[in-house]
Amino acid sequence: MLVSAHIAVWGTSLLKLLAAMLLLIGFAMLAQRRLLTLIHLLAWQGFVLALGTALVALLTGQTELWYSAALSLGLKALLIPAVLHRLLRRLKVRGDVEAVINIPTTLLLGIVLVIFAFSLAAPISALTGTITRGMVGIALAAVLLSFLMMITRRKAISQVVGFLAMDNGLFFAATSATLGMPMIVELGVALDALIGFVILGIFFFQMRETFDSMDLSHLERIREE
Amino acid sequence: MAANLFQVLQTLLVLLLAPLFAGYLQNARALLQNRRPAGILQPYRDLLRLFHKESIIAEGTSWLFRATPYLLFAAMWLAAGIVPILATALPLAPAADVIALVGLFALARVFQVLAAMDTGTAFGTLGARREMLVAAMAEPALLAALFTASLLSHSTSLSSIVDHLESLRFALHPSMVFAAAAFFMVLLAENARIPVDNPATHLELTMIHEAMILEYSGRHLALVEWAAQIKLLLYVGIGIALFLPWGIAPAGDLAALPAAAFWLALKLLAAGAVLAVIETLLAKLRLFRAPEFMATAFLLGVIGLLSYFMLGA
Repeated sequence: MLVSAHIAVWGTSLLKLLAAMLLLIGFAMLAQRRLLTLIHLLAWQGFVLALGTALVALLTGQTELWYSAALSLGLKALLIPAVLHRLLRRLKVRGDVEAVINIPTTLLLGIVLVIFAFSLAAPISALTGTITRGMVGIALAAVLLSFLMMITRRKAISQVVGFLAMDNGLFFAATSATLGMPMIVELGVALDALIGFVILGIFFFQMRETFDSMDLSHLERIREE
Repeated sequence: MAANLFQVLQTLLVLLLAPLFAGYLQNARALLQNRRPAGILQPYRDLLRLFHKESIIAEGTSWLFRATPYLLFAAMWLAAGIVPILATALPLAPAADVIALVGLFALARVFQVLAAMDTGTAFGTLGARREMLVAAMAEPALLAALFTASLLSHSTSLSSIVDHLESLRFALHPSMVFAAAAFFMVLLAENARIPVDNPATHLELTMIHEAMILEYSGRHLALVEWAAQIKLLLYVGIGIALFLPWGIAPAGDLAALPAAAFWLALKLLAAGAVLAVIETLLAKLRLFRAPEFMATAFLLGVIGLLSYFMLGA
């Protein structure tokens, strides 16, 4: 599929904007105090990811990427956030996310991580000649930010959101670095994430029954019975 | 010659338009909040009334207290001649680039803070400290946003930035999107707008700007308030110049003047509407959340800078 040069220029800058949006959503998640908004942000991240993948598919003419985009939209933008939402209601978790470090410090740490990711990815993106050059760094930064979120949050649900956000970042990295993994790998990863998610859902209920709380610090003590 | 005419025209326009813009903003807010607006000309009436009143000097204050209103007004007036609001390449524009412009705003702020502390009242000192708290975090964010634009156009002069960005014609720059978001947050914080400060309050526990000017009266108060209105208009003008630069006339080109005035009016109307909606939708942040707000602005500015280096746009 060939597109005109005009659309290609616009598409590339739009893609860069989407990549930057992905990073922004990563930071927004890091700064967010409410669980519900966190889940909405995750849905938006999935949506941006799907849009970005579709745009890459349009620009490069890789038909496989269209499936990947559809998968992202269905799974990451709609299904998982909806299930998380339901879970949140059924678990009756309320209140704010408790962060281990205060939020402005976390954000500044995030900036450091982004700089680290960018400098790490600079030689990689110099090698690739695809239109998605330069986006590897952003994807890597998104992954690291999700890591940071998992580290700095206490509640199990926000850690799971961090995990899913990391998955989104990895998908974006794959799309931008190599124009997508082989379909079979992508399906496998998506399925893995989904299964992991289901297991964690069960784990949530177990945890609430045992500790009456979602705070993971309860798991740090060994109990003898 | 024509360039000088433009210089005079713009400087006067900013001075005279600032209260009108403030009035428009107040009106739009009142309408959005189901209150009856006081009329778009109300700030002019307020200024006129204050100029006719006697100004009382608080007891025990030094010359600083008396000089500050004039200094504030002069600094804003000077800035009004530099920012390309109506035209680029004004004769005064080479006097200061964006960094010097930020310095000019900082100078005005330092004097206002000193004058507030000079009165020796608890409120003045409280307002001064809060102002510095917000400013210390807003300034790096502002500079980060401005540097993004400077990097893109390889110049720190506002005029050349506008010229360069105007020549790009609707290209989409992720770095500029971030810079715009950061700049907008700084605009809200620096001009004592709602998430950080409430311009309409006299409630002592929450006010920042009002606490500093509590002891002023008469023509001094008029000058301080007028300077604040000019500052708001200048910030909106800088925002327009950086992020929506289309339609700003080159200085001396009389034929482009009507179009420039038309676009300016349109952009100011839109900017005022956006500000009014934001101020209606948001609640004022707790003071201790204000650093978080500013940290977010700084973060956005830095992401803008970084994405320029990473994505090259």
